[in-house]
Amino acid sequence: MADSDDIVKEFLAESQENLDRLDRDLVELEKHPSDREILASIFRTIHTIKGTCGFLGFNKLEAVAHVGENLLARLRDGHLILNPVRTSALLAMVDAVREMLGSIESTGNEGERDDQKLLATLTELLEPDAASAGAASSGAATGGVSDVALPQEAKAEAKPEKKEETGKEEIKEELKEEKEETQEKIAPAVVPAIEAQAAEVEAEKPEAQNAAASSAATAEHAGEKSAEPESNRAPEGQHKQEVSQNTIRVSVSLLDQLMNLVGELVLARNQILQFTRNTEETSLVTTGQRLNLIATELQEGVMKTRMQPIGSVWSRFPRTVRDVAIACGKRVRIEMEGQETELDKTLIEAIKDPMTHLVRNAVDHGIERSEVRAAAGKDPEGVLRLRAYHEGGQVNIEIIDDGAGLDLKRIVHKAVQKGLIQADEGARLSDREAANLIFLPGLSTAEKITNVSGRGVGMDVVKTNIERIGGTADIQSSPGAGTTVKLKIPLTLAIVPALIVTAAGQRFAIPQASLLELVGLGVEETQQRIEIIQGAAVYRLRGNLLPLVELRAALRIAAPAVEEKSAGNNEGKSAGKSEGKSEEKNVPVPTHASDVTGSGLGEQRGAVNIVVLQADGNKFGLVVDEISDTEEIVVKPLGKHLKNLNVFAGATIMGDGKVALILDVLGLAQHAHVIDESRDRETAEASAGAARDALQAQQRRSVLLFRLADGARMAINLSAVARLEEFQAGSLEKAGRLETVQYRGQIMPLVRLSQSLNGQGMAAGGDASLQVIVVYAGDGRNVGLVVERILDIVDESFQIDHQTSRPGVIGSAVIQQRITEVVDVPGLLAAIPGMERKTIPPTLGRSAAVGA
Amino acid sequence: MPMPTTQQFCTFFLGKQFFGVPVDQVQEVIRYQEMTRVPLVPKAISGLINLRGQIVTAIDLRRCLGMPDRKPGELPMNVVVRTSDGAVSLLVDEIGDVLELAQDTFEKPPETLPAAMRATIRGVYKLPEHLLLELDIVHAVGAAETGNGAVLART
Repeated sequence: MADSDDIVKEFLAESQENLDRLDRDLVELEKHPSDREILASIFRTIHTIKGTCGFLGFNKLEAVAHVGENLLARLRDGHLILNPVRTSALLAMVDAVREMLGSIESTGNEGERDDQKLLATLTELLEPDAASAGAASSGAATGGVSDVALPQEAKAEAKPEKKEETGKEEIKEELKEEKEETQEKIAPAVVPAIEAQAAEVEAEKPEAQNAAASSAATAEHAGEKSAEPESNRAPEGQHKQEVSQNTIRVSVSLLDQLMNLVGELVLARNQILQFTRNTEETSLVTTGQRLNLIATELQEGVMKTRMQPIGSVWSRFPRTVRDVAIACGKRVRIEMEGQETELDKTLIEAIKDPMTHLVRNAVDHGIERSEVRAAAGKDPEGVLRLRAYHEGGQVNIEIIDDGAGLDLKRIVHKAVQKGLIQADEGARLSDREAANLIFLPGLSTAEKITNVSGRGVGMDVVKTNIERIGGTADIQSSPGAGTTVKLKIPLTLAIVPALIVTAAGQRFAIPQASLLELVGLGVEETQQRIEIIQGAAVYRLRGNLLPLVELRAALRIAAPAVEEKSAGNNEGKSAGKSEGKSEEKNVPVPTHASDVTGSGLGEQRGAVNIVVLQADGNKFGLVVDEISDTEEIVVKPLGKHLKNLNVFAGATIMGDGKVALILDVLGLAQHAHVIDESRDRETAEASAGAARDALQAQQRRSVLLFRLADGARMAINLSAVARLEEFQAGSLEKAGRLETVQYRGQIMPLVRLSQSLNGQGMAAGGDASLQVIVVYAGDGRNVGLVVERILDIVDESFQIDHQTSRPGVIGSAVIQQRITEVVDVPGLLAAIPGMERKTIPPTLGRSAAVGA
Repeated sequence: MPMPTTQQFCTFFLGKQFFGVPVDQVQEVIRYQEMTRVPLVPKAISGLINLRGQIVTAIDLRRCLGMPDRKPGELPMNVVVRTSDGAVSLLVDEIGDVLELAQDTFEKPPETLPAAMRATIRGVYKLPEHLLLELDIVHAVGAAETGNGAVLART
């Protein structure tokens, strides 16, 4: 039983491959209805399936395949001519077969289905129509027989530049051999029959030495023989033994396991290499180097085993294009370029659905109807081109149609209408941004919903799926000339070269694929070449402006490792070092990410390291504290708890055994872009305000309003206020000439504003049991300003009349329709004896002593 | 003597409070591991640890439950539990024994518990000397993910 299960499995795997080829061949055949080679190839495939399922007892499947075969036989013998109706019927048959195979795979039987209609259609089409009747000739029929061996080879040889594909074909064929062997074991009685036949055929066709394709066919006939002895299309089968020994079928899960192990090995190697760097032991160093070489080769080898040409996904597109084109009443030709481009198997699987969707979309929406095309002076037959090529450690896939292009206005309109974007936002979009709106969920611009596409799901799913595997999707369109969807897919997901950088004492890995260059700036250059435009830092890189993103700020990790230390985390050597460094640099601790990105740069910074990155066609510079080495890192997924963080692509384990996060450059760019956008908006608003009243807009500010004991209204800039506190009058202490209060474990000097500004005595505040204190934070110290009452916090535009300025007061302004004096705290403090900036520390020191 | 159904618990302390999780959900208990902080995540997620080549998210239970942070220098222990989304490490103060507890000593969490804690506790086992709170791992992890722990902690 186990044996027959195995046979079924083999049968399924192989039939699926055959069916994919069938789709392609049938579409090809429709274009060249007289191509006997293709016809023969199709016939053989169906014949094989029929034979094997007869042998395995799948009767329904056999029945369907049988009718199909009959039709094909008549076509092949020239009794019938292939027309679209017959092609469709044959394709429907292929679908039925595929469905049943799927059912066998999942449930073990062919499933409950009624194929009567299909069978009837196929049988009906067996009747020759008048036009085709005369074409038959016995000579053509014999020609068909002798050609049986050739098509596979011929096809492969016709494209000598596409070695990979040829290789794949061979493998496929060789795998079939194996199956054949199994079958031979089961049905030894069949073997002599094949051999006899092989000999016979060889007599006919002595040049037939090209084993793979045809011997596979023989194999299938072996199975079929028992059921249908009169079948006689078996070419030579002599060389199958030799070929079959060169390849074996390996389960993908085993390869996955190997890949994981190699990943672990790479990690262990990295660790050992780190040790060898610090050792004098030559033998260890040499061993380490050998290990390095071997691990690298092993890694490459294992990766290769998982590589598949992208053509294996594309092979079904001619069929897809044909079906969709017929359904839409269009004429579309598909062209493919770079089928041999290889990708990791998991990635091949992952791009299957998104690509299918894009292809269908291109035919359904992209390419116009023939008459429209003709009217526009284009070839009535549309062209859909698929292109794949390697570039910078990535595979680029382009789906190019020569259709009408996207109606950008309508897309923007739709997006606004559906509330996906704001109207003013829509107006500002560049063409490219507008085109990329179609990746937004819930946006479909199809006039009518066809059964092909246009339900508003799909393009967003395409993008999500592509991004899930670390790829990007981009769409470009030119009106009248067509649309190009460009996918960038990483070659593999498991092990990638990455640059290690440090920010705020933490290491991060940046995949090399998105890395363009590194720029190191000295202190002077930093001052000169980093400029701030409305808070956004830019760097002039060879004459072009490069927006800068500070990694610390983007990740809000500016406070370096204080928390880690308190949690008792012993920072590792390298991290510790860089942490020390970053502290020396004395980078200000930003409180909000938004006010850091630009402002921290350029002014306070010393030397700056810029990692120039490419995300989605946009360049930006990532400012990091330190740039270390490049390393091969093993990408490990983040737990599901962290999946929502699009800034990180995963994590990896470094040579020292610690975990480092892998930056997702695209995610990071988007994350940083959000900040940019909000800033843009602020800028826009500000400039709009400026148009209304330039002066006012500039003078608009937030102030804290309060009242002094004498009833005077005063205001203080809100940004200078750290907190508002209340203290019991009794908790105020005298230290020298100054009043102080203990505040957060420190001694905070107090200033009575009514006294210092208006020369009044202390009596006013003395009777209040609670003292209201505005804690002013400036010049790195806290000073408490004693006021009578807090009134309000307002955000108003006002003009300060400097005529009324006096020591401690900038001037007066009308705020909330009342005259209010604006306090100049630094000026005020400078005027108070013992409060001047310079004397503060000794004063504090003395007062501490007195207080104790 | 036929005993009522019992279940084994891996127990641990957070401050003075005694907690437990069913032993069959625990993968292992390990001493303090160095952690890599993850920026931009809720505070309850302490970071990532390297568990023999596997990267595991560490969640600080104190923060999940709205308890004050550990004092500086106090190293937490890792209770690595299995969840449907893979292994997660729960950071706790101290590890207790494995206890076999009878179901009939179980009670729903008292209404008066702080909200953050009540949401993440399945119930209370009444032991002779003290009470053992059974942690709801799914809730604790969920709260850490969404940052709810921190929110609840404030209320």
